[in-house]
Amino acid sequence: MLYFDRVSKEYENGNKVLSDISLTIHKGELVSVVGHSGAGKTTLIKMLLAEEFPTEGTVSFNSDDIHTLRGKDMTNYRRKVGVVFQDFRLIPNKTAYENVAFAMEAAGRHDDEIEEDVPHVLDLVDLKDKMLHFPHQLSGGEQQRVAIARAIINRPEIIIADEPTGNLDPLNTYDIVQILKKINDLGTTVILTTHNKGIVDNLGRRVITMENGKITRDQKSGKFTL
Amino acid sequence: MKPVLWKRTILAGLRGFYRNRTVSLSSIFILTITLSIVTSFYLFRAVFDYTLEQVKEKVDVRVYFTTDATEQQVTDIKAKLLGLSDVKSVEYTSREQALEDFKKKHVGDQLTLQALDELGTNPFGASLSVAAKDISRYSAIADQLSEGSGLLGDNKSAIDKVNYYQIKDSIDKLNSIIGWTNTVGFWLSIVFVLMSCMIVYNTIRLAIFVYRDEIAVMKLVGASNMFIRGPFIVEALLYALVATVLTLAIFFPATVWVTKKTIFFFEGLNINAFYLSHFVELALTLLIFGSLLTVISSFLAVRKYLKI
Repeated sequence: MLYFDRVSKEYENGNKVLSDISLTIHKGELVSVVGHSGAGKTTLIKMLLAEEFPTEGTVSFNSDDIHTLRGKDMTNYRRKVGVVFQDFRLIPNKTAYENVAFAMEAAGRHDDEIEEDVPHVLDLVDLKDKMLHFPHQLSGGEQQRVAIARAIINRPEIIIADEPTGNLDPLNTYDIVQILKKINDLGTTVILTTHNKGIVDNLGRRVITMENGKITRDQKSGKFTL
Repeated sequence: MKPVLWKRTILAGLRGFYRNRTVSLSSIFILTITLSIVTSFYLFRAVFDYTLEQVKEKVDVRVYFTTDATEQQVTDIKAKLLGLSDVKSVEYTSREQALEDFKKKHVGDQLTLQALDELGTNPFGASLSVAAKDISRYSAIADQLSEGSGLLGDNKSAIDKVNYYQIKDSIDKLNSIIGWTNTVGFWLSIVFVLMSCMIVYNTIRLAIFVYRDEIAVMKLVGASNMFIRGPFIVEALLYALVATVLTLAIFFPATVWVTKKTIFFFEGLNINAFYLSHFVELALTLLIFGSLLTVISSFLAVRKYLKI
């Protein structure tokens, strides 16, 4: 489904953040990417979102090199990928409902579909009673759940969660991981980057360990080891 | 674009305008100042043009006839002058009228009137006052009245003098002032417009800078460029609309006040009446100028953050 073929990324100042990464992620997998800060996890995620371009190698989704996609093709690709960020990145002047509905509106979905699906998904993340709240009226955990609702609303093929629990307390961390697990159980591929040893060890799924821009370990059912 | 997308874009623009009140108000404030500068400039030009027109109206070339000239000769020359493309009007003053005017002018001057009586005859010739369509054309008209020209034909001897050559310097000076002020006015308006564009562009750029992260998120959740741009364009149009209404509202009492202060000075020019009679034209100009300015600024400012 996702293929990294000898991907390297070097900035103009000579800083090499990814070095010869080759990797395959299959449909339905839940993959944790772990490593110290600066190991290259976030750059790897940005490559998948086409926010960063590789200096060498290709990143493909099915058979498409995602860095050659332009205009409508790129927009369509991004609709197949749901993203959850550490800092939530909700739109501050939109309510929880509007933040989630925005992704559907952007995809050109009908109003009645939006009116039916958004409350349903917000209910799934246990926020139905706060759907008219603005982000600043929600706690960190609640904001992250809105971000997850936004990421899954268009039924994407992949969910990318970049340190989704980095700003949350243990209780909210547990909730978020449970939601991501549930999403994965329903067949969506989940790629998760994290610093949290507890999460990785409890999941018992595939773990990719990175160090200095390289993959140092790739275990089918791994543990958090640095 | 589908109707549903139009609806979503307009609603999102209205919501953004209302919810980001501080940003909206500061943009409107700057735009109102810019549009006020444009309006002041527009009114200033009107006052200037009016004053210039008044001065131009007072300029004419006078053709004085000898006392022997017959009425037929004067009428012939008048008809020929009216046939010239540069001539706007020709006003005839008869010998009797000239005498009457002289007497009226010197009504208290007994010595002069007595001298006139002693002459026994009317010493004044008839005259024609020629107004040109454009002030720069007086020299061409004067040339037609000169001896070498074929315009006068047999009536040459009837002309005593043409005063163009006495007022030539004043006409030339006025001509150069008009040319100079038109050039300065043109460049000044270009500078004003460019300055206004820069101020508004930077204000909108700053307003949209606040949304750069949101724009990136919108891109990442799969929104198309047009879907992201649309609400910003709606907001830009609203800024222009509100700023136009505010500017027009400010200038109504302002022109009433200015009129009160200047009506005597400008000899009958009522700035408020001018403002009201040009209201629709001014409102449309401000709205179109403001909208183009804000929409183009918004378009350029958003473009920068869409490149991901």
